[in-house]
Amino acid sequence: MKKRWYDYLWIVSLTYLILGFFNILFAWLGLLCFFIPLIISAAAGTKGYCNRYCGRGQLFSLLGGRFGLSRKKDIPRWMKSKWFRYGFLIFFFVMFFQMLWNTYLVFSEARGLRQAVTLLWTFQLPWHWAYHGTLLHPGVAQFAFGFYSVMLTSTVLGLVTMVLFKPRSWCVYCPMGTMTQLICKVRNGKP
Amino acid sequence: MNKAVKKKRKALAAQNDCVACGCCVKVCPFSAIQILKGITARVDQDKCVGCGKCAKECPASIITLEEVAV
Ligand code: SF4
Ligand code: SF4
Ligand code: SF4
Repeated sequence: MKKRWYDYLWIVSLTYLILGFFNILFAWLGLLCFFIPLIISAAAGTKGYCNRYCGRGQLFSLLGGRFGLSRKKDIPRWMKSKWFRYGFLIFFFVMFFQMLWNTYLVFSEARGLRQAVTLLWTFQLPWHWAYHGTLLHPGVAQFAFGFYSVMLTSTVLGLVTMVLFKPRSWCVYCPMGTMTQLICKVRNGKP
Repeated sequence: MNKAVKKKRKALAAQNDCVACGCCVKVCPFSAIQILKGITARVDQDKCVGCGKCAKECPASIITLEEVAV
């Protein structure tokens, strides 16, 4: 099949992850892969982002498919159940708001900047090498650390399920995928 | 064997469990699959040749190949 420009967006996703190792402020760019899928689903009523433009999904296809880093086994039934998918979406959002709250605390100067990336919502990885100060408020940097934590955590989870199950197993429980499908359901009714 | 009824294998997506990721659409050599309204995949039975590529790719493993009479 003919490759189109959007089949190479995995390069963008990879670059994003790498940039976060050098300057955490690049993490702000990740907001694009929050808003674009939502806008597409709300405005066009499709999962066009997942179906075409998502670089992260492409990265998993590439690593798990072409590079064979996947057992290519079926994912367990519970992982594709609505319970788990919607539950994970809610959990993800709670964690997201907690991250926003932490950012707010830094903005309101109730707390100092923490130069760490939190992996899997638990492990604090020191990440000070990627912070070179900001002309803006330290809260701007705190958001970057928080957002990068979200992106790195989902990538790590995606890689683990890629290896264990199918290359794009992450797409089954990806909060953005679940949410855009939900928006389409609400907007379009039954297919 | 009954010669009058020819059986062919066609892909069938369990639409209730589909996450509409579109992985199946990308691998189908005959463009037989469509994502309907961002909700679920549908296989066009006329275009499908039953190669099984989509079933292998589907991360939720919800595509099965069913024998249908033609
Ligand atoms: S489900 Fe998530 S990772 Fe998969 S294509 Fe959609 S947004 Fe990308
Ligand atoms: S079985 Fe083959 S031809 Fe049929 S929908 Fe799947 S990929 Fe396409
Ligand atoms: S790959 Fe599977 S889950 Fe994804 S759209 Fe196709 S049938 Fe649905």
